[in-house]
Amino acid sequence: MTPDLSLSLSLAAPELIIAIGALVLLMIGAFSGERANTTVTGLAVAVLIGAGAWLVLFTGTGEAFGSAFVSDSFARFMKVLTLIGSVVTLIMSVGFAKAEKFDKFEFPVLIMLSTLGMMVMISANNMIALYLGMELQSLALYVVAAINRDSVRSTEAGLKYFVLGALSSGMMLYGISLIYGYTGHVGFAEITNALMGGERQLGLVFGLVFLLAGIAFKISAVPFHMWTPDVYEGAPTPVTAFFAAAPKMAAMALLVRVTVGTFGPVAHDWQQILVFVSIASMVLGAFAAIGQKNIKRLMAYSSIGHMGYALVGLAAANEAGVRGVIIYMTIYLGMTLGTFAFILAMRRRDGNVESISDLAGLSNTNPVMATILTILMFSLAGIPPLAGFWGKWYVFLAAIDAKLYALAVIGVLASVVGAYYYLRIIKIMWFDEPVGGFQPMAGELRLVLGISGAFVLLYMLFMGPLEAVAQTAAKTFF
Amino acid sequence: MDQMYLAIVFLPLLGFLIVGLFGNSLGAKASEYITSGFLVISAVLSWVAFFQVALGDTEAFTVPVLRFIDSGALQADWALRIDTLTVVMLVVVNTVSSLVHIYSIGYMHHDPHRPRFFAYLSLFTFAMLMLVTSNNLVQMFFGWEGVGLASYLLIGFWYQKPSANAAAIKAFVVNRVGDFGFALGIFGVFVLFGSINFDTIFANAATYLPAAAAHGTDAAAQGADAAVAHGDTVLNFLGYHLDKAAAMTVVCLLLFMGAMGKSAQVPLHTWLPDAMEGPTPVSALIHAATMVTAGVFMLARLSPLFELSHSALTVVTFIGALTAFFAATVGLVQNDIKRVIAYSTCSQLGYMFVALGVGAYGAAIFHLFTHAFFKALLFLGSGSVIHAMSDEQDMRKMGGIRKLIPTTYWMMVIGTLALTGVGIPATIIGTAGFFSKDAIIESAFVGHNAVAGLAFALLVVAACFTSFYSWRLIFMTFHGKPRASHDVMHHVHESPPVMLVPLFILAIGALFAGVVFHDYFIGEAYAEFWKKALFTLESNHILHDMHGVPMWVKLSPFVAMLLGLLVSWHFYIRNPQAPVRLAARHHGLYQFLLNKWYFDELYDFLFVRAAKRLGYFLWKKGDGVVIDGLGPDGISAGVIDVTDRVVKLQTGYLYHYAFAMLIGVAALATWMMLGGSF
Repeated sequence: MTPDLSLSLSLAAPELIIAIGALVLLMIGAFSGERANTTVTGLAVAVLIGAGAWLVLFTGTGEAFGSAFVSDSFARFMKVLTLIGSVVTLIMSVGFAKAEKFDKFEFPVLIMLSTLGMMVMISANNMIALYLGMELQSLALYVVAAINRDSVRSTEAGLKYFVLGALSSGMMLYGISLIYGYTGHVGFAEITNALMGGERQLGLVFGLVFLLAGIAFKISAVPFHMWTPDVYEGAPTPVTAFFAAAPKMAAMALLVRVTVGTFGPVAHDWQQILVFVSIASMVLGAFAAIGQKNIKRLMAYSSIGHMGYALVGLAAANEAGVRGVIIYMTIYLGMTLGTFAFILAMRRRDGNVESISDLAGLSNTNPVMATILTILMFSLAGIPPLAGFWGKWYVFLAAIDAKLYALAVIGVLASVVGAYYYLRIIKIMWFDEPVGGFQPMAGELRLVLGISGAFVLLYMLFMGPLEAVAQTAAKTFF
Repeated sequence: MDQMYLAIVFLPLLGFLIVGLFGNSLGAKASEYITSGFLVISAVLSWVAFFQVALGDTEAFTVPVLRFIDSGALQADWALRIDTLTVVMLVVVNTVSSLVHIYSIGYMHHDPHRPRFFAYLSLFTFAMLMLVTSNNLVQMFFGWEGVGLASYLLIGFWYQKPSANAAAIKAFVVNRVGDFGFALGIFGVFVLFGSINFDTIFANAATYLPAAAAHGTDAAAQGADAAVAHGDTVLNFLGYHLDKAAAMTVVCLLLFMGAMGKSAQVPLHTWLPDAMEGPTPVSALIHAATMVTAGVFMLARLSPLFELSHSALTVVTFIGALTAFFAATVGLVQNDIKRVIAYSTCSQLGYMFVALGVGAYGAAIFHLFTHAFFKALLFLGSGSVIHAMSDEQDMRKMGGIRKLIPTTYWMMVIGTLALTGVGIPATIIGTAGFFSKDAIIESAFVGHNAVAGLAFALLVVAACFTSFYSWRLIFMTFHGKPRASHDVMHHVHESPPVMLVPLFILAIGALFAGVVFHDYFIGEAYAEFWKKALFTLESNHILHDMHGVPMWVKLSPFVAMLLGLLVSWHFYIRNPQAPVRLAARHHGLYQFLLNKWYFDELYDFLFVRAAKRLGYFLWKKGDGVVIDGLGPDGISAGVIDVTDRVVKLQTGYLYHYAFAMLIGVAALATWMMLGGSF
């Protein structure tokens, strides 16, 4: 083993752990039959946590595999967020799997493979690795979206996601080929060098547009968002929770690396694209959510809007902006997981319910759940002093610093409109006539909801350390 | 000694605070005793002050209270200005107020909201005392608005009555018109003098002497700021550049506008008759004796300014004479007992302004002083009548109750004798009105300004009318055959002592205030009494001149009074059909008078309906269409509209989704290709 290879392997150790673990678990599942789900899920959680621990404790900074793979503080931070998303989703799926006959051992394995793809995306340092990671992630997600084969809605959602995902992959690949054609390189560092001092080439800009369109599809930013509401509503709820959390972290990390890192020299070009996409996402997310009756569909539009806010920070294209994006994504992860824990707990005797009107009078029937969801909704709406407010605060501050006043103003106005549907949920819970309570929450959901509520409520307490870590991560690109 | 004046002013405030805050828990009895007790103390101390300052030899002084406003050049400290004019007003205000408080204990006996009533009365008294003791214009304005507020609250005391609410609002709004002028006048004074403190203003007023009068007072003019030559612009008003003399006239007229509102002078008089919707003791205190005389007091206080503007004084004379005549004509035909007295008040205030206008400030204040007694007596007496007649106010439904309530009858007769000025000309035998009113008529005769002659004629005619309607009131109410229902007549009863004793005290004042005090106010002891509280130019000899008028002038008010009495007796005792026939023969004139010269209708047409139309427009179009349509309601409706469209975009068809993505990429690519920039 050459020293080069051993260094590469050590930098990619967490990914290796997950890859090997996924294959082993697949074997375990295949040979122990139908009842293996719980065991496999437990082991998957253990492997992911182990990989995360390795990542935090032993992984250094450097490039691996001929600079196709990079490990830096930004990558590590975003990978931790991704892993948290995956782990929490798996934990939350246990109870649901039992109740809804969803107990397929493939689910945790696919989640692991998808997570592996995300981690490769986050660490990608050339176009080949980027595409490799993206496809690994996507292929797993296509299957996961349609995993409930007996449900028409679920299969329809999976098929839609697959077709549109293939379209976006194609566009992205076309963009990558244009970029390669005009710069002669696939490595990020080389592309950056080639862009420095060169003239603005239209073909290269086209390539950039197509590449960004492919990534925007993954974070479901307008106008590449159309799959989101249908998939969120159609897929089983744990899958929706996964869609809303982990892939968003990875795709946003990739977007940050490609724009601020690789295409930094032509910031002016992609800034315009991001400003447009950001405004469109915020406005559409705010307006469309008002008309929704299904809470999962509502969360789909909510996540579209939140991606728009995160992009406000990225559009600023400065260090404060990247720091804002990192903080925003962290807070978004916390709020989203908590909200989905709540949605998973919306159970009556005859099964899960998903309608917003089912929440009526929850403050009477289950005051603790209602209180925590109220906190989460206030936070999602961006009411101080909850976490959601600080996320918006950082990205808008960065936009003001970058003199993107129109963007900041539109963002604030959109958040006013958006506040309506969050507040409506609160109103329905506290002021409407009760329609009957939910069954007691499962322990793991209770834990997730409680931690999420505490995170949002007490965010002010650990704001300082988090900000410092985010600052370090953002420094990677400047 | 300072403490005494502080007590006079602040005891009513203390009463208001105690009863206003805790009245309901203290109970009605305690509320009545607390407020009335404080007022009686204030009244006694006021008389002590009167003897010390006005009749004694104590010089004028100020009692500092608090720092109030200190902002740049504007300094207004809260202090009590004590001189003869102030103590005269203190006596008037506190005497009448304390008597009204006591009287109200009986009159308001059946009302469930007595603590509130007495709290308002004390609040009014405090505000009025602030007004008369003010040491600067801002302090005066504070009191001025304070009495306006208390008046509003008391007119609308029976807030369940729509007519009372309407009257309260009318009084408030009409007074705002006058106060607008008053405020502008205060600003003007500040521009001219750089101060609103009376001492500073009066000390520098001499520099504004009109050219003709400046002769002989050069010393004063040089002493002060004489650098600005006459003819230079000192004030810009409505686009006019005014020199010193014109500026002084404008400022005085603006201040007079405030006085017109408060003292119900034509054309701002319309609120006073309607204000009779309030309880009768309120009418006696506020709308007869004290608040409505605030305008007279203000002009007398500012005599150093008004004395400098011949034009302003001419206007004051004209307005006063017009009001005296107008209100007397309207009073001839009114049927509501309180409205007759209200128009009488309006008319008598006109007399006072005529006196001010011709420069006889002493005569004006003297009439204010005596008028307070006999007009309060008349109002409280009519209150006693109303009380006896089971709250009936229409004189057409009274009559023949002289024997049933003899004490009230005689008190009303005394009030009427005083109001009509009964006395023997050229002697010192007569009622209070005889001295003060005749003094005003005589001063109008010898006045120097252009309208003094007209004013004299109008005042004599008005004196005749006054006599007519006053005796008409007595005859219709007390004489003849009873016109009330048997039920009402059965219940007619004399008022309790708590209501009658105040009447006795006021009757004493109505009979003897003139003979006792005329020497001080307008006679030999003028200089020692006033001690420069009233300012007159050296060229103003009016008080001297008025003692030397021809005999026919002295006789004329007496003859007018007798004529009015005889006609009244003929119409209402000897031949009751005569007024009916007269009214039928001169139907147009009768309607004109009955409808108060159609002032209310004119204002309704000019202002009220126009304002209503504007308000309706702003309500329907401004608020309904613009604010609701484009404001919050419109925006939220727009949001729902946008939401519906956006939701419709999500069709569920795969090719629509793919199309949206491709269009998005195409649009972005096109944008970048065109070299797009913001």
